[in-house]
Amino acid sequence: MPQIIGIPKETFPGEKRVASVPEVVEKLRKLGFQVLVQSGAGEAASIGDDEYRAAGASVVADAVAVWSGADIIFKVRAPSREEVALLREGMTVVSFIWPAQNPELLQALAAKKCTVLAMDSVPRISRAQKLDALSSMANIGGYRAVIEAAHEFGRFFTGQITAAGKVPPAKVFVIGAGVAGLAAIGAASGLGAIVRANDTRPEVADQIKSLGGEYVPVDYVEEGSGVGGYAKVMSEGFQKAQREVFARQAKEVDIIITTALIPGKPAPRLITAEMVQSMKPGSVIVDMAAEQGGNCELTEPGKVVVKHGVTLIGYTDLPSRLPRQASNLYATNLFRLSEELCKAKDGVFNVNMEDEVIRGTTVVKEGAITWPPPTPKLSAAPPAATAQKPVAKPAPEKQGHGHGGGGEQMSPRKTVLLFGTAAVLFALAGLYAPAAFLGHFTVFVLACFVGYMVVWNVTPSLHTPLMSVTNAISSIIVIGALVQIAPPAAAVLESGAARPNDIIRWLAVAGIALTAVNMFGGFAVTRRMLSMFRK
Amino acid sequence: MSESLISVAYIGAIILFILSLGGLSNPETSRRGNLYGTIGMIIAVLATVLGPRVSADGIAWIAAALVIGGALGLYLARTVQMTQMPELVAFMHSLVGLVAVVVGYASYIDPTAAAGMSPAEESVHHVEVYLGILIGAVTLSGSVIAFGKLSGKIGGKPVLLPARHGLNLALLIAVIALGYWFLTAGSNDEGMKPLVAMTVIALLFGVHMVMAIGGADMPVVVSMLNSYSGWAAAATGFMLSNDLLIVTGALVGSSGAILSYIMCRAMNRQFLSVIAGGFGAGAPSTAATGGAAQPAGEVVSVSAAETAELLKEANSIIIVPGYGMAVAQAQHTVYEITKYLREKGKNVRFAIHPVAGRMPGHMNVLLAEAKVPYDIVLEMDEINADFPDTNVAMVIGANDIVNPSAQDDPTSPIAGMPVLEVWKAQTSIVMKRSMASGYAGVDNPLFYRENNRMLFGDAKKMLDDVLVALKA
Repeated sequence: MPQIIGIPKETFPGEKRVASVPEVVEKLRKLGFQVLVQSGAGEAASIGDDEYRAAGASVVADAVAVWSGADIIFKVRAPSREEVALLREGMTVVSFIWPAQNPELLQALAAKKCTVLAMDSVPRISRAQKLDALSSMANIGGYRAVIEAAHEFGRFFTGQITAAGKVPPAKVFVIGAGVAGLAAIGAASGLGAIVRANDTRPEVADQIKSLGGEYVPVDYVEEGSGVGGYAKVMSEGFQKAQREVFARQAKEVDIIITTALIPGKPAPRLITAEMVQSMKPGSVIVDMAAEQGGNCELTEPGKVVVKHGVTLIGYTDLPSRLPRQASNLYATNLFRLSEELCKAKDGVFNVNMEDEVIRGTTVVKEGAITWPPPTPKLSAAPPAATAQKPVAKPAPEKQGHGHGGGGEQMSPRKTVLLFGTAAVLFALAGLYAPAAFLGHFTVFVLACFVGYMVVWNVTPSLHTPLMSVTNAISSIIVIGALVQIAPPAAAVLESGAARPNDIIRWLAVAGIALTAVNMFGGFAVTRRMLSMFRK
Repeated sequence: MSESLISVAYIGAIILFILSLGGLSNPETSRRGNLYGTIGMIIAVLATVLGPRVSADGIAWIAAALVIGGALGLYLARTVQMTQMPELVAFMHSLVGLVAVVVGYASYIDPTAAAGMSPAEESVHHVEVYLGILIGAVTLSGSVIAFGKLSGKIGGKPVLLPARHGLNLALLIAVIALGYWFLTAGSNDEGMKPLVAMTVIALLFGVHMVMAIGGADMPVVVSMLNSYSGWAAAATGFMLSNDLLIVTGALVGSSGAILSYIMCRAMNRQFLSVIAGGFGAGAPSTAATGGAAQPAGEVVSVSAAETAELLKEANSIIIVPGYGMAVAQAQHTVYEITKYLREKGKNVRFAIHPVAGRMPGHMNVLLAEAKVPYDIVLEMDEINADFPDTNVAMVIGANDIVNPSAQDDPTSPIAGMPVLEVWKAQTSIVMKRSMASGYAGVDNPLFYRENNRMLFGDAKKMLDDVLVALKA
């Protein structure tokens, strides 16, 4: 008997996301589930009931019908008190729960003898990345934070030179380069701003650079990586050094986006009132940690306020402000979780507590609270071993294939030595070698240079054809055999000696036959290879 | 045909040969390049045959020899598998070496060759004969061994005799001593003895040299033998006072030399140390140095279906093929997967390390054979910077060329070797038969990276499964 998944309309004020979208409904049906959607559930995310119907979902009029008809409920926000009242025994609820912050909710859900999976408790291990809704929401939040900042900011992000004068680019400082911070860095540099970023974990410097940002380090040695890739609380000395860096940046930049969070703790206070004061009028601060108390002292959660001429954005619903995108990604995360829960594809959830990912995500199992889960086993290498290693000297700077790409410049001493040796050899040849030999020698040396120049131009992808064609060409050695096979009688007479004609002839015939293999074979196989290279 | 006409024809042939190599700078012009080479060869042969140095008696012999050899050559060219190209090339090198030896002997016993020469000229001629046979013989036996190693008839492991450097030196001294005997010999019959002895030594030297070199160093060996075959032709040219042979030999010789240089640079090794043989034979064992650098972490293996899933979700994909792809003959399946993914609008590209495979450009030819368009097949330098923007990097049967310890572990035997930075991609998938280490015997920390997945099994079979899963 396949289970029914219910998608109610979100009841939290201002929440525009929906827990599933038509594309994903189709996939869920392929796993064997039936899907029940409350009419208007996707309205705020611009998804009509008809789209759900077209994807194979049944649309019902109100929330009560969904909650009473479904075995599994997919939601975005944690269930409200009214929604908890609608729960039946044995139902499964999947949504954000925040069990640490909402112990009463957890108790209430347990009392209903339900199974609850919290999307915020997905363990941070590689395998679970595809269902990590926190990351996908943080990504959207980071992007939206930049858009909100751009909206409040009175200038262009990108620098321009127009007929009406020069516009300097905006300078953006991002604090915390987690998923949200990196998304913000990418979005801001995409808009053309100069982006700087700081993080307590030095290993993210490369990621910052890869997105077009500049890493601003804090000159204080302390390892900032905590368990599971999150940041940890830093020492007092570090925090002091960090504040100095931030104060300096505050004076210079136009926009600050803060994303610093420490799991299970209030957000660290990083931007003081004095720093806000020191910023240029018209500057903007987006505090993405507003819900957890804010990284800036003056932030008011959920609101936009202007203090000391600086606009402080404290929205707590940034992902919801991109409802269609957020719904899409969240729905996909839920689908991935469903795949893990329904490996048999028979439309029935199997909450297998042996599975590390499902164990971590499940906070209530049939009425028993199973949160917090045992700590996940570390999958990363011990950080100390990798961080302190000296970096090998980089490979010699490579020059592309091109004229004389002959590697590094030789040292002057070597050059002198080389030319000296060559000069001595040439002098010896000039003194003792016969004139005829020198003529050929000239040709030989020049041909070496021509070959050198020509071959450096050969593209590396054609190196195999190059070898086979040079092979074919080197069968020119056939000429040696050809002139030996039957020289004119006059030449034989002139030499005055008896010529062992037969032996020479057989040697020459063998030579010609062997080179013919090369000659015909070499050109033919080169032709065959080259005809395969196509666009 | 007069001597002057022949000279002009030879110049024409030289120009066509140079154009032929020049044409290879680009796949578009390369086909015409090959045609130039063919025409040049026809002109050179015709001019020689019709010239005054070949009398009418010889034409029938020449025609018969050309037909026999040509038929065999065309047959080989038509039937050879692209994965066997290195063997074919090595085989052809051995032929050039053999012909150089044959022509050298014939020239020595032919009294017309040295007719009318002054004593000085005659000794120069003898030196040329001696050198021609020496280089030819080394090329011959070296190529035969290389052929055996490449085709698996001889084990790929380096065979290292004790005191092999001393042995090589002794052989060299013997060759010089025999050379002195040869030059001072009064008659041809007497000179024949040291000549034959030297040939035997040269053959032994070729065998010994290539036996000591391991499988993955083959790109260097093959291109080095390519170079030798060119020098053998050039030496024959000096012997016969023929500029066409000299120029062509020099072109081929420098081409092979440059290829060897490029290959050595791609492995960050000295040419001499490759030729001296045995990877890491002198370096400290990995167990001693590797203690501290032992990669930590766990290896995550995936199934073909999961791989397909990763590919489906990726937008940009880079495939890194290695010798394993050639061994498993998986290039056609790779193309099918590429075609499917490209039809889905994904950006699929190939990254080729210069020493991937067993000869320079080996991977390119295999991919071209499988109809992969060459504009998505990129060189290491062109594509290395793109890995951070790549969703999935798929490594098929390659190991050392994607080893991060070349960059961040100065104690590693392959430290400093340029490598493809697949670990910078969001996810890397390594297709391998087992966890065994690569040719260099170095453990690969890539396998333990958090964003790396291992797909164990035969590359061809696994890729077939991936393709089925993709299309499902």
